[in-house]
Parts: sequence; structure tokens; C-alpha cells
Amino acid sequence: MTIEVLMPALSPTMTEGTLARWLKKEGDTVEAGDVIAEIETDKATMEVEAVDEGVIGKLAVAEGTENVQVNDVIAVLLEDGENASDIGEVSASSSSEAPARVSEEGESPAVASTVNAGGYVEGAVVENRDVLYAQGAVFPPPIFDEAPFLEDTEVVTVREALCNAMSEEMRVDEDVFLLGEEVAEYNGAYKVSKGMLDEFGPKRVVDSPITEHAFTGLGVGAAMYGLKPIIEFMSMDFAMQAMDQIINSAAKTLYMAGGKLGCPIVFRGQNGAPGKVGAQHSGCYASWYAHVPGLKVVAPWSAADAKGLMKAAIRDPNPVVVLEHELLYGQSFECPVSEDYSIPLGRAKIEREGSDVTLVSFSIMVGKCLEAAEKLAEQGISAEVINLRTIRPIDRHTILESVKKTNRIVSVEEGWPFAGIGSEIAAMVNEHAFDYLDAPVLRVCSADVPQPYAGSLEALAVPQVDEIVHKVKQVCYKD
Amino acid sequence: MGAKTSKKQSTKLKTVSNSEPSAEELKKLYRDMLLMRRFEEKAGQLYGMGLIGGFCHLYIGQEAVVAGAYAAQEPQDTVITAYRNHGHILVSGIDPKEVMAELTGRAGGCSRGKGGSMHMFSIENGFYGGHGIVGAQISIGTGLGFAHKYKEDNGVCLAYMGDGAADQGQVLESYNMAALWKLPVLYIVENNQYSMGTSTKRHAAGEFYKRGEPYGIPGEQVDGMDVFAVKDAVSKALAHIRSGKGPYILEMMTYRYRGHSMSDPAKYRTKDEVSEFKDKRDPITQVKSMLLDGLASEDEIKAIDKEIKAIVNEAAEFSKTSPEPEAEELWTDILVAVDE
Repeated sequence: MTIEVLMPALSPTMTEGTLARWLKKEGDTVEAGDVIAEIETDKATMEVEAVDEGVIGKLAVAEGTENVQVNDVIAVLLEDGENASDIGEVSASSSSEAPARVSEEGESPAVASTVNAGGYVEGAVVENRDVLYAQGAVFPPPIFDEAPFLEDTEVVTVREALCNAMSEEMRVDEDVFLLGEEVAEYNGAYKVSKGMLDEFGPKRVVDSPITEHAFTGLGVGAAMYGLKPIIEFMSMDFAMQAMDQIINSAAKTLYMAGGKLGCPIVFRGQNGAPGKVGAQHSGCYASWYAHVPGLKVVAPWSAADAKGLMKAAIRDPNPVVVLEHELLYGQSFECPVSEDYSIPLGRAKIEREGSDVTLVSFSIMVGKCLEAAEKLAEQGISAEVINLRTIRPIDRHTILESVKKTNRIVSVEEGWPFAGIGSEIAAMVNEHAFDYLDAPVLRVCSADVPQPYAGSLEALAVPQVDEIVHKVKQVCYKD
Repeated sequence: MGAKTSKKQSTKLKTVSNSEPSAEELKKLYRDMLLMRRFEEKAGQLYGMGLIGGFCHLYIGQEAVVAGAYAAQEPQDTVITAYRNHGHILVSGIDPKEVMAELTGRAGGCSRGKGGSMHMFSIENGFYGGHGIVGAQISIGTGLGFAHKYKEDNGVCLAYMGDGAADQGQVLESYNMAALWKLPVLYIVENNQYSMGTSTKRHAAGEFYKRGEPYGIPGEQVDGMDVFAVKDAVSKALAHIRSGKGPYILEMMTYRYRGHSMSDPAKYRTKDEVSEFKDKRDPITQVKSMLLDGLASEDEIKAIDKEIKAIVNEAAEFSKTSPEPEAEELWTDILVAVDE
């Protein structure tokens, strides 16, 4: 069998080129790796190397020939014991299995099936939840009977709840460890990890240098080897330094590895405006992370949220971003005592039932929405307040069921308006509940400016209760 | 080893072999390196035929680095590298068919066609990828080392980077943590003298093997074209690391014969420079000569060549016939499912 040497493509877009020069002649012996010709494209001149060894039996294309099509036979190699008579008719183009680079005309476009507008999936048990979510479907959230947990509660701060959740999980799973700046000897920049070094020792509560990019990558590597790191960022603004590792490494690797390599890791830290700390310590990055397939994102408001979501995040086999808020750390709430209190990710909580309008929010804004709901009640407007708890996968079902009941919805978040969580909620309601709406979807967001320092300006930048009340009255046409 | 050389690599790097290699060892190294070489040549050919898309960074010329290092590794060790990873995964012991089918984007590929040339993994063989962001693999590799130490499994992570990646800030951040915590990581700089098209003279101040000095990390420069020099250096470094003394840096002076990726005509270097390596210092030719110097017959060498050719042809054939991924695959492997 003679060996055909084909005109190679040097890039996926190349379809033809010029055979500029032969460096071997008929009768020459070539080894694999020998340069046999030079070809030119509009971009460059490249060398063609032999892949097989043999004797050049025929040069099928003359030097200087232009417009030689990719995969045309340009030469024929003779193997041991063959001679020129073994060469058959050299066809203009190869008979081999070269694929067409451009799809045939006339075919319908290949679009993967998606469940979109109207894509409701009913039933208590949902299979392939992650697939359906990716396809944009609406389906009931994971089942969670919270009532039994609420029978035995204690009043704790959000700070204590987070610490309890991490400590409880570390007691039962040796693979869980906490790493970040000041988490150990300093007891945490916000004292969230107070006492953990004493209990678990320096192997499992690790003070890192101020080196976000690499310590995040280190956490990702440790997770890939089977550990379950909790990586603390002093502020989620600082996690910008590590965004590459969170997205390119943690979120995408499972997919790139065809399911062979996961990354069970928690990224957590203060997210949002704690007050008078300026533009680089006040960002809400919920929509940044929520944008990324392969990540889960949670944002606790109460101590119960903090405990239940943190435990779920640590137990989850995927990378989970936990967005905490400094102004909540010191707030006290009733919190289940049970060590089994883990809130399934992807399930929102209706904090207050109502019939006239739906308020959707997360983190610190849940409290502001509840305050607004109180004020609205005094004015005869019944607001339903949804605490998202999980931002990705967002609980589309709970939001949409609520809006179908109230016919009005306002989203509230501390992030900026453009492409924010509110934008996604507006799109979702538009796609799935347009016919139920009695008013346009409105958003309450931070002002579209870097966070100002001065208290007077900051109060204008961050969403306030009165603004929520005002937007609700707009959608109720009572303004 | 440890010989000082100018950045313009000379042929004067000293090589030190502790012991005379056996015929069996030589044949194994020859076979490993030849597999990489022939595999990559075939990959280049399939790319030319349009069967492989996008980027395709060939390892041709650098084979002695991973072959020598692999010969010094222990089974519990892990390996991670950037996007020029075909050689690293092949030597780990994976079936070459899976690698070629990944290149052609087929269901039989090691990432089921969803990773491509730059994203291949073989966890059962200790190979952790296959990463496309230059330098990111070094932080991740440092984390693999962290995990080896945490689990006390006596493993070391061999974290490879090119000379281009060595300039990334997170590499130095990683050196700092690895030294501070005495992590079992062997950093291997594959200095092929070009960061894509930018020569080391134009992109790097100082020497790569010395970049650990401020952190107290020992480093050496090694002739990366000599598989025994590589093996000896890696053995020594791994012994140092396994004794609990922390990380080590080895700078392998090597060379890639082909362009950065397929469409790179490599006009930034002279033909003479390429032939200096390709014709005079080729690692496979070196080992072949040693074998023919009384340790193996021409026929034995030919038999190995034939065996490798068959393996590569079989891989190429599989990569053409394995089906493309089903449409449903688009939606899988985004997240690990959680039991409800």
C-alpha cells in the first residue's frame, strides 16, 4: 500500500494554499519528521513534514502551483519493496476520509433542544434537575420540610451560625478545612472563625498570605484531589484577584474533563456594602458568579440561612460561592439547633406571604423587603417577600408561582442594575408569566456608580426601604 | 547539573548519569519518547486533514522531559501541566486511542470530546490536566501538593510550566506558600526558549531555576534534551521533597521543533537554531545511538518502531471512527448531581 501525502490545512479556516517549494525529489528517501515541502497561505509559509518513512514515488503537484485544495494528494510515498508501478491513478482530490469543513447547505440548523418559554416540569420528584436548569426549565424546588427543624431553635448571630456550620461539618468530615487570610490566629477578619484554630489546629484552619490568586488555585487543586476546602475571602472584592481560578478552573473543569474531575469547594466572604468603606470593599458580585455554569451561588440573610446554606455548600460536590454580608454578621435570629439542618440548594423561602405584589431579594435586602412590607401593609398593600437563599440555581418555580398569584413583582438587590439578578428575574417572568402580569417588572438596585465613601452619597447609592416602597406602589399604580 | 549557561542555550550543559542504564531501561525510555513523537506527528497530520480543530500544541522535541521525569516518579505522585499536555498524558499510561479521539472531538475521547487538545485528564493515572490558562496549573498543582501532605500519602505533585507561564504572578505566589508550608511540589519549568513567539531574552529577567531563591527553594538547570540528566535530576529533587524539605525547582532546557500551535510558521527563530537541536541533540536519536552501541540490534529497534507505529495508527483509526458526542452530552457534566 503506497502512502498518500495530502495538502495539509494549517488552520481550521484554511481551504487552499500554494505549494511553494519541494525540498525532496522523486526517489529521495524520507524519514518521519523530515521537511518535504513548503506551502504558502495568505498568512504564512509553513513546512510540511513527512509523517511516515519511505521513498518518494511521485510528486503529484508541481512547485509553484496555486490554489491547491486542502486534502488533495500532493505526493505518494513508497514503502519497503514497492516501486513506481504500485502507484495507482492519483486523483485530483483524495479519496480519504477528510470531512467537510462547512456543513452542507439546506440542512436545518443543528440546535440542541432547549426547554424554554412555557417549559414547565411538574411532579414532586424531578430527575436531571441540573440538566433541566441548564435548559431554562421551570420545575419544583427540592423537597424540604423545614418545620421539624424550627421546633428546636436558639438565638444566634449570623456570625455564630456560620462558625457553627463550618465547625459541625469539620467535626464529621476530616477532609474539610478552612483557609484564608486571618482565619486562624486572628479568629477571622470578621471573627467568623472564632475558636476554630483552637479546636481544629493549624493543619485544618490555615492562615494564608495575602495572595488570593494562588491560594484560590491551591484550594481548587486540593479539592480536585478529594479534599473539601472552604476558602475565605476577606471581601468578595478581593476575590476578583482569583476570578480566573474560580471560573476557569473550579467551575469549568468537570465539563472539560467529561465528568472525570470535580471540584468540591466553598468560596465564601463578605459581599456588599458594609458602610463607608469605599468602592473597593463594597461590591455585590452575585450576578457575576450566578452567570457561570458550573458554580452554585448562595446568599444567606438570617442565621438559619447562614447555617443551613453553609452546611449544604460544604456537603455539595460542586464549587459553591457563599455571599455573606458584614452588616448581618452581628444580627441575631432564631436558628435551628440540629446538626442535620442543611437547606437544599435551589430552594427559595417565602418569608412573608402576601397577595398584591411579590418582592424578590437575597442577603441583606431580605430584611429591607420585610421592613418595606410592614410599611406597605399599613398602606393596605399586601406584599409577598421571597428570600432567594440560592441565587444559582435560582428557584424559578417559587418566583413564578408567586407572581402568578400577585400579578406584580419587584426585585431588590444590592448589586448594580445592568445584567443583575433583577434583570434575570425580569427575563424569567417575561418568558414564563407574561400573561399574568398587571404591571411591568421593576427593579431596585444600587445606583449605577462605583460605591461612594461619604455617608450621604452612600445612602443614595444603596437601596433603601423607602425606595422599595416607592417601586411597589408604582407597580400597584398607587403612586 | 546546575551548570550555568547563558539563556541562549548552548550544548555545553553537563549531564551526569549516576549509573549506566540497562538495556531494558533504555528501551522503555526509547519507547515512551517515540510514542510521543509519532503520536504528535500523526496528530499534526490529522490536523492538516481537518480532523482536529482549534489549537493543537505539539510536544515534538521536548519528549525527554516528561519521559525522564516519569521514570523517576512513584505511583502515588500526581502531574499537572498547561495546554501542551499530549506528552504528559501519554506517558502516564492512558490508552493513546482516548487521547487521539479527544483531539478529534469524539465520544471515545478521554474527556468524551468535551475538552479537546488542551483539556485532557487521566485521574486514575495521576494526571490532573490539561489547563488552558497559562500559570493557573501551578497554583492548582500547589494545591495537589497541599492535599498530598494533608492526606499524608507520601505523594509529590510534579507541576509543569513553560518558560512563559513562569512569569505569571501566581507562580511566585505559589512558590511562597509551598516554601512556607513545605509542600511536596516539584516545579518543572520546561524552558523551550519561547513564550509563544517571544524569546526568553525578551520576556524573562534572570534565570527560572533561581526564582525560588528568595523563598529558599533550591533550583537547578538541567539538560532537557538528555533523558538521563532529566531522570537523575528529578530523582534527586523528589528525594529531597519526600524527605519533608519542601518544594524544588528544575529548569529543563529544552526545545520545541514545531511552532507554538499549528498555524505558527515560527519566523522568530532561525533554521540553524532549530537544526542545532533537531539534528544534533535530539533526545530520541541519543537514546537510539546508546541502544545501538551494543545494547540492542537494528532489528530490535525496528521492532519497537513498528510496534509504536501500529499503536499510533490504531489510535488514529479509532479517533476517526469513534462517534461524535450525542447532542444530549451538551447538557451533562455541568454539575455533579446531588441526591435528594
